[in-house]
Amino acid sequence: MSTTEIERQWTTRLRKRAAGKLPPEKLLPDTQPAYVASWIYVFGVATLASLIVVIVTGCVLAIRGPLWWHQSFIGHFVNSLHLWSVEIFFFTMIIHLWGKFFMGAWRGGRTLTWMTGCVTFFASILAGFTGYVSQTNFDSQWISTQAKDGINATGGGAYFNVLNLGQMLMWHIVLLPLAAILLTVLHILLVRIKGVVPPYEEDSEILA
Amino acid sequence: MGWIGSIVPLDHLGHYIHWHVILISVANTVVIGLMVVTFIGALLLPFPGRKSRKDSK
Repeated sequence: MSTTEIERQWTTRLRKRAAGKLPPEKLLPDTQPAYVASWIYVFGVATLASLIVVIVTGCVLAIRGPLWWHQSFIGHFVNSLHLWSVEIFFFTMIIHLWGKFFMGAWRGGRTLTWMTGCVTFFASILAGFTGYVSQTNFDSQWISTQAKDGINATGGGAYFNVLNLGQMLMWHIVLLPLAAILLTVLHILLVRIKGVVPPYEEDSEILA
Repeated sequence: MGWIGSIVPLDHLGHYIHWHVILISVANTVVIGLMVVTFIGALLLPFPGRKSRKDSK
């Protein structure tokens, strides 16, 4: 194979493009700018840490199944870990969102970073909702029968039937986690490519 | 799990704040309040090991 042919391969072009956009020292940097030393910058990684606990506990629940999480002591414990990690996930994600909103985190060509964060937030809300209706208890029955009227009023009930446990469970354990994980990975890669948004004052000093 | 019921009564309806069109549970209000407090704390509390702008210049 000639050098020209190798250069034209999609794998070669993709590797060069990826390495150009995100060299290893940018992907896993040694240092961060001084302004990152603030508690408000901690909430992004706190959200990520809680998401990891959500996924790991969700996998354990998926392996053992509803009878286990309803009836055994360890099952109750893992179920509670899953619930409380979700609570912390949303708690930290909303503070991260407020922080980034008031920082104007879409500045400096970071529009896609901001938008992937927003879409991840909405996907997570849907994941949380389908989780509540997949509990297989009286709580999930109550939530789904209340929610069906709202969703039917939008005309979406034919496609997204909250009374269909199988469909809700599949959305909760396959489609929405996949969307949330892929979007989170993309979001983090974009943060690494563009860097953490500087405060307004730092930005004006750079421009001055 | 019975001990939780002795701290927070779980066998009756929750408390709600109802003001005009706004209807929110006290539990959710407390969580939102905690988020606001955490947010303000994150902005104001000193971060360990951070040099002030005066020191770094």
